[in-house]
Amino acid sequence: MRTICFYFQVHQPFRIKPYRFFDMGEDHYYWDDYLNKSVIRKVAQKCYLPMNELLLELIKQHQGKFKVAFSISGVCLDQFEAYAPDVLESFQRLVATGHVELLNETDAHALCSLRSKSEFKRMVENHKAKIKRLFNGYEPKVFRNTELVYSDKIGEMVAEMGYTGMLTEGAKHILGWKSPNFVYQNAINPDFKILLKNFQLSDDIAFRFSDKSWSEHPLTIEKFTAWINNVPKDHQVVNLFMDYETFGEHQWAETGIFQFMKVLPSAILNHTGFTFSTPSEVLGNSKPISPIQVPTPISWADEERDLTAWLGNDLQNEAFTKLYDLESRVNKIDDAEIQRDWNYLQTSDHFYYMSTKFFSDGAVHAYFSPYETPYDAFINYMNVLSDFIIRVTRKEKEMQEVG
Amino acid sequence: MKVLMFGWEFPPHISGGLGTACYGLIKGLNHHNQEVIFVVPKLYGDEEPMADFVNASDVEVDYRERNFIDTWQNLTYLEINSYLVPYLGPEEFEKYTDYTMHHRLDLEDSVFSNKYAFSGKYGKNLMEEVARYALVATQVAKMKDHDVIHAHDWLAYPAGIAAKEISGKPLVAHIHATQYDRAGKGGDQGPVYEMEKAGLLAADHVVAVSHLTRKIVIEKYGVHPDKVSVLHNAVLDASIIESKIKKKVPEKIVTFLGRITYQKGPEYFVEAAKKVLDRDPNVRFVMAGNGDLLNRMIERVAELGMGTKFHFTGFLKGQDVDDMYAMSDVYVMPSVSEPFGIAPLEAVRHNTPVIISKQSGVGEVLRNAIKIDFWDVDAMADAVFALLHYESISRMFKELGSQELKELKWEHVAAKLVTVYEKLHQKQP
Repeated sequence: MRTICFYFQVHQPFRIKPYRFFDMGEDHYYWDDYLNKSVIRKVAQKCYLPMNELLLELIKQHQGKFKVAFSISGVCLDQFEAYAPDVLESFQRLVATGHVELLNETDAHALCSLRSKSEFKRMVENHKAKIKRLFNGYEPKVFRNTELVYSDKIGEMVAEMGYTGMLTEGAKHILGWKSPNFVYQNAINPDFKILLKNFQLSDDIAFRFSDKSWSEHPLTIEKFTAWINNVPKDHQVVNLFMDYETFGEHQWAETGIFQFMKVLPSAILNHTGFTFSTPSEVLGNSKPISPIQVPTPISWADEERDLTAWLGNDLQNEAFTKLYDLESRVNKIDDAEIQRDWNYLQTSDHFYYMSTKFFSDGAVHAYFSPYETPYDAFINYMNVLSDFIIRVTRKEKEMQEVG
Repeated sequence: MKVLMFGWEFPPHISGGLGTACYGLIKGLNHHNQEVIFVVPKLYGDEEPMADFVNASDVEVDYRERNFIDTWQNLTYLEINSYLVPYLGPEEFEKYTDYTMHHRLDLEDSVFSNKYAFSGKYGKNLMEEVARYALVATQVAKMKDHDVIHAHDWLAYPAGIAAKEISGKPLVAHIHATQYDRAGKGGDQGPVYEMEKAGLLAADHVVAVSHLTRKIVIEKYGVHPDKVSVLHNAVLDASIIESKIKKKVPEKIVTFLGRITYQKGPEYFVEAAKKVLDRDPNVRFVMAGNGDLLNRMIERVAELGMGTKFHFTGFLKGQDVDDMYAMSDVYVMPSVSEPFGIAPLEAVRHNTPVIISKQSGVGEVLRNAIKIDFWDVDAMADAVFALLHYESISRMFKELGSQELKELKWEHVAAKLVTVYEKLHQKQP
């Protein structure tokens, strides 16, 4: 059976407010509530609410033949609870149809899989519990790591935690001549399965849809259906993985992205031999074709599909190292606020803002970052982290005195 | 192309950045085989022979000629209205106002002598010198064959205009600083502004040292945007300077180095220092330089009670400047309005991390620096603290800053300038 697997990533970080060094030791609240709320509300209006409604309509219309998967980060769910209960409810309605699969990830959309197994496990457990609480006892079977970061070791770690498989990028440099349109196996644990993003077809929708300099612009449903039909006959699955904000936020409503998605399911079902499946259905129905070797971690970012957007320069490395040096100390502290901030500080976006990779491409950077320069991002983060260290140290002293 | 260029100073006898910029530009033009006739009010004889130098003090002028009389009459009008001497802060301006009103020289007597000994400085006879310089320009324009005229800043604009009237060749007005930068509010009045405006409007093309300055030229002087290009300054030597000088104090050093005048924003540095010291006593601040706001800064430092942590060095030159950069852990240039500002690039050469105001043109070419609004002392203090405490940022500045410097070559600047010349030349009837 040939099938298309849609997975959408839903994530918003808790952005840090402008935090000066003289706030250190006094002001222990780091989060820019106003900014975070306005971003959530804006994206809710442009993307989450209209797109959820459209998906709900499509699922009903096709009576379960159209289905999708979501991974919603824990920090994003926290913000929905605080600022957009309407969005949370509409996701709950989608999941209740039975044709929407939820994936697990790290609660804070963190990069801890690269650093600490224990922290990684803790974060995944937290996310699992949050999904269970918010979605009527729902228990995800498939995992997706932050930014689709994957390596053989990370896969092994996830397998240990009881998942059947996980999603990652179909990066050219790991695939070579191989195609992403098959189910693969983890190189260490052959029972653990891997789904690879078809980046060509995914990015045609996510990045190039409204790009007027693209030779295929405009992307019509006829064109896309023809491309799907061109997928070689023996290929099993086309994984279309993308940010959910593609719909209405990265690609504005005016580009026609909603109309495109509205007609896509019937076009695929009627004019191609493809069906739709969720990740766990794909994993259950397909036989893996071979193991895939990924000795160094990959991600879904940039041309290089590596980690350099988050951990590619001295700024990012210093911030990342100083943060994770705290792990064992924070673990001993039973304090809700310290635990919350420890989570939120791990969100990958903070490190992305410090990237100097896109220095020349100011427009792209400005769009995704609340900071003017990566240096501003670094300074602000380090100020907050310095205060966080002060709090941890104070708490340790308190505990000693009591103990 | 033969370029008739009017400047005001030339290395090694310089008091500001203008002479250095002219030097670099001529060097770049030489690289592209352009012939330059460079006119300065006063030559000392030890200038590097890189152009056909004309010493204005040596030029004989026949003052009875009609052209001269017209030029002179135009200029004396400006002169009589002049209360302002440029390159000084508003407070010193005031002193000079008094001075010119009470001690006016008897102009008429000296006007018709054949030669005039220019001081070439920015002294009390500046306006007269500017006027006489224009007279010399008419003579030079007659004597020296040329294809294009190029005048640097308002001091040389009357000379450029006068030369253009004689030869009819296109005029390029190069703007290194405007009266807006120097005087702040109220920069749009007075003879300096008038002379700048006359030069910019009379020019066939204007070359600004930054986009910041280009914007001022268009918005405040009403020059048509199509007529203004940006030519950022470059550096003569981009090599890293390894210094053997050792700090004699254990604390980190944060430095302001420049004229202590309104334009350079010294008071913001003082206020930011206070904020840093309140949090971290293991820092010393240094204000190096001289200027009309020096005393006020000293008083303010005392008032804030940080005299043992905040030091004044007075005017530095030569090796002392290099040592100061080398000893510094952070260099701050909080200028209120800086058309370009070459000093941060010098700091980069000493591997010293830099904080510059967003109101500085140099920020357009120096990416690896922290940029803050000059008035935002919180942000300034924060940036200082970060550079002193979070090592990776200084390390990155060191690595990347020196690479950036290597791209700032006068040859590249001159290449752009040559295309400006060529376009103007083609337009000639």
